[in-house]
Amino acid sequence: MQMTTKKIRVLVGKPGLDGHDRGAKTVASALRDHGMEVIYTGLHQTPEAIAEIAAQEDVDVVGLSILSGAHMALFPRVRAELVKRGMAHVLLTGGGIIPMEDMAALESQGYAKLFGPGTRTEEIAVWIQGEMEKRWKAEGAQ
Amino acid sequence: MNATETLAARIERGDRTALARMISWAENGDPRFAAELNALWPKVGRAWRAGVTGPPGAGKSTLVNELARVERTRGKTVGIVAVDPSSPFTGGALLGDRIRMDDRTLDPGVFIRSMASRGSHGGLARAAASACDVLDAFGFGTILLETVGVGQAEYDVLDAADTVVVVLCPGAGDGIQAMKAGLLEVADVLVVNKSDMPGAERLINDLTEAVHVRFTKRAWQVPVVAASAGTSKGIDDVLDAIAAHRAHVEAQGLEAARRRKRVEQVRHSVSEQLAERLWGPAGLRERVAAQLAEGASPHAIAAALLEEITRGLAKPAEARR
Ligand code: B12
Ligand SMILES: Nc1nc2c(ncn2[C@@H]2O[C@H](COP(=O)(O)OP(=O)(O)OP(=O)(O)O)[C@@H](O)[C@H]2O)c(=O)[nH]1
Ligand SMILES: [Mg+2]
Repeated sequence: MQMTTKKIRVLVGKPGLDGHDRGAKTVASALRDHGMEVIYTGLHQTPEAIAEIAAQEDVDVVGLSILSGAHMALFPRVRAELVKRGMAHVLLTGGGIIPMEDMAALESQGYAKLFGPGTRTEEIAVWIQGEMEKRWKAEGAQ
Repeated sequence: MNATETLAARIERGDRTALARMISWAENGDPRFAAELNALWPKVGRAWRAGVTGPPGAGKSTLVNELARVERTRGKTVGIVAVDPSSPFTGGALLGDRIRMDDRTLDPGVFIRSMASRGSHGGLARAAASACDVLDAFGFGTILLETVGVGQAEYDVLDAADTVVVVLCPGAGDGIQAMKAGLLEVADVLVVNKSDMPGAERLINDLTEAVHVRFTKRAWQVPVVAASAGTSKGIDDVLDAIAAHRAHVEAQGLEAARRRKRVEQVRHSVSEQLAERLWGPAGLRERVAAQLAEGASPHAIAAALLEEITRGLAKPAEARR
């Protein structure tokens, strides 16, 4: 009865020197329009800063956006910083210019799912909602 | 970490993840929150809470960031709660205040929490005051509470803060508008931000005059402080004005002042939750609709309902169980 106000909180982060922010902003706005509370970090964040913001904000989801090709270096570092702060439980996702084989590699390293160019934002929002519903249901059943 | 350790115990140990989770519990109305806050309650009340309010885009977040930066150089730790509006249509929100506070992220003496207003209309989120309590218990010396961009009628910050800082800027309406807005009346400190912009001088003069004309009988003379958060000017003056107000409140009796504000907080909280319980799952809407269909007037239905509710309240607690 009291849980009616629970909202999905999402951090959309831009790690590294990559200046392409159109995708991150598009996804952030789309998630807001699907009823989520979205924090966007702005450009040029370090993995430490992204993880620290995620921890302070107690987000449910961390989504990263990289189009520069630095994803194999940066995505695992963000995850490591999250784990260090007791945030291993967050749903990890992201997108950008990421080759299929890299997506597969990252998805075996704690990233639940990654999305490439041309993905409809609706699909991303519905996927996040589905994942969070599953998690909250599992928590409630404990 | 001990899995059975309470959040309160972890917070007492300085665990920031526990602090963040406890604020989430406050936001979500989690039933476990009350007991945890009770456990921490003896530690609440040491921080000074400054509310920062004002119209959209006046520079509240930029100023909060600057205030935090200078407070840190003065040896204080700073907890920040920044509220942005939820969409009334989707319930979603883009929480953008902390983008302006980017350079504070990795300072271990600062903790920033963004909050969506989630349907509250008073310029804050319902859990904002509770979040301040938790930050206070954690040990932050100064708490800065940023409201959503407000118009002329959102004053919840008055009951949540020890000092209310109203931020205005040139170009967003003239002195007359500032006088009309009740915002002027809730201010303990008036800041004219963006004083690097044309029109600042005029606004400062208008406000100074307005304050002197209207509030002559008040014990506290509201200072009008010029600042430019964008260029880091006047920040010390704002902090000094807050400190002066603090000294004034303490001289007048801090406990009584805080108790008055707490009473209002409890009143708000009870009214809101009462309304939710009544109109939520209880099926009152359907009952009212049926009565209207039978030809009763809205006025008569409301009067009968109120009568029924107050009768229920008047019963002794035992009888209700
Ligand atoms: C627009 C653009 C620019 C603009 C950027 C404007 C801006 N503010 O964003 C400008 C002109 C500035 C630019 C500059 C550069 N660009 Co450019 N740019 C593009 C371009 C054409 C489109 C990117 C875009 O905005 N797409 C639209 C958005 C909505 O799509 P998206 O970002 O892919 O996002 C979708 C998904 O990826 C996913 N997603 C993305 N983020 C996230 C986050 C989360 C949480 C989730 C769940 C999903 C998700 O969902 C989104 C919706 O479908 C791409 C080519 C392409 N077709 O992708 C090249 C491209 C990305 N750029 C490229 C390059 C090399 C550059 C430059 C280095 C110089 C150059 N050669 O042009 C500079 C570097 C700039 C910098 N400082 O980093 C290369 C990158 C190569 C690589 N990675 O190996 C690309 C791929 C072009 C190419 N084929 O060479 N660029
Ligand atoms: N010229 C000038 N611009 C400023 C100053 N302070 C802030 N700004 C700019 O004003 C804009 C709004 O600043 P914010 O700090 O986000 O304002 P805000 O009051 O928090 O806005 P909301 O939270 O959306 O109501 C930004 O573009 C700032 O860079 C200042 O002192 N001078
Ligand atoms: Mg702001």
